[in-house]
Amino acid sequence: MDLELMANSFPKLLNAAVITLKLLSASLIIGLFVGLFFAILRLNKNIFLNKFAYGYSYVFRGTPLLVQIFIIYFGLGQIEYLRSTFLWVILKEPYWCAIIAFALNTGAYTSEILRSAFQTIKPGIVEAGKSLGISNKIIFYKIQIPIAIRQSLPAYGNEIILMMKGTSLASTVTIMDLTGVAKYIISTTFKPIEVFIVAGGIYLFMTFIIHNLIKFLEKKYSFN
Amino acid sequence: MELLAFGKTGWGDELFIATLMTIAVSITAMLIGFLFALIFTPLKLSKNKLFNVIGNSYTTVVRGVPELLVIYLLFFGGSGAVMFVASIFGYNEYIEINAFITGSFAIGIISGAYSTEVFRGAIQSIDKGQFEAAKVMGLSKFAQFYKIILPQTLRLAIPNLSNVWQITLKDTSLISVTGLVEIMRQSYIAAGSTRDPLFFYSFAAVLYLMLTFLSMKIINKLEAKYSRGY
Repeated sequence: MDLELMANSFPKLLNAAVITLKLLSASLIIGLFVGLFFAILRLNKNIFLNKFAYGYSYVFRGTPLLVQIFIIYFGLGQIEYLRSTFLWVILKEPYWCAIIAFALNTGAYTSEILRSAFQTIKPGIVEAGKSLGISNKIIFYKIQIPIAIRQSLPAYGNEIILMMKGTSLASTVTIMDLTGVAKYIISTTFKPIEVFIVAGGIYLFMTFIIHNLIKFLEKKYSFN
Repeated sequence: MELLAFGKTGWGDELFIATLMTIAVSITAMLIGFLFALIFTPLKLSKNKLFNVIGNSYTTVVRGVPELLVIYLLFFGGSGAVMFVASIFGYNEYIEINAFITGSFAIGIISGAYSTEVFRGAIQSIDKGQFEAAKVMGLSKFAQFYKIILPQTLRLAIPNLSNVWQITLKDTSLISVTGLVEIMRQSYIAAGSTRDPLFFYSFAAVLYLMLTFLSMKIINKLEAKYSRGY
């Protein structure tokens, strides 16, 4: 056990963990909007919109995240037309490509979580709102969405942790996140166990924090 | 389309073999995962505190750490660990472990943590009366477990195990970083040599979709078989 290496690599890995957290928060925020958008489409009665949203979530949940990142980072750059538009400013950066891939991926899972949460809302609650003379729009934003958020908290908590682990794939497109730096240190020192303990410890600590944060929110917004 | 031709002109046959490799790794990893689950589920359910700690640390660590990190640990540390064990038995030559074994083992460890949780949940949700009834009937311990408990566990576990299978199948794409030529690695090679990454990665996505779709069909059949009578 090389304790010196562990002590030396700790600050480097901690710095890299900041990048992991940045990737995670950016993808979660964008992904939440994407998810909400597609969940609403799924609940729409229009068959075309419904099928479109279903297809989106099916494709993104049925393929590995690695493929999605590679299509966006390596694949989209190949389209000549895209290179001439302003989108290229974003798509040439591996950092933004990773965030786009993560956001679309977590968006697909989030849309499923939100959809099932919306579907478990008892019709009586909506009817109660209607009989009080509240407009449909306000029922949706002030009654259905808050209940759906509460319902989906446990599943969404799992999704946050899965996404945090997913951000490690950013290291495959040259981003030096926690896993990227860990791999670099392993491949230069050939001490995989020591680096794994430190980097894994940081990941576990983040998992622990997220887990407890969700538990706290669940308690705060519980119905009783 | 000519990019996908079989033979020397296209990548069809290479991608076909790569797909078989992905399936082989997934199945091997899933089976290794079952072995891990077989060891760790009893530990997690045991009344012994120490066994509990061992079982819980396995599932917590593996499910809380990125898959890629576990793969790097085994990829860079695997042959070292095997050589260490071999040196105890007096074998001091360099041992290189084949990428297929490293990959299946890494994904198997991950898959095993999820399977452990599934089996634990399934066993815990079986009515206590079933255990008692099996005992009262005077069945041997072996028969109690294999004839009464296990069939019921399987029925409860199959829907969740199908999720574990999907996760395992998709995780195999990560072992492309170790150089094992499965779908992802083959697409990477093809994309590099033809300079057409968009086509090959999209095709890889289609292959994965086909695999997940087909496995869903098979699992649904299994599910129907094991829920006969319910």
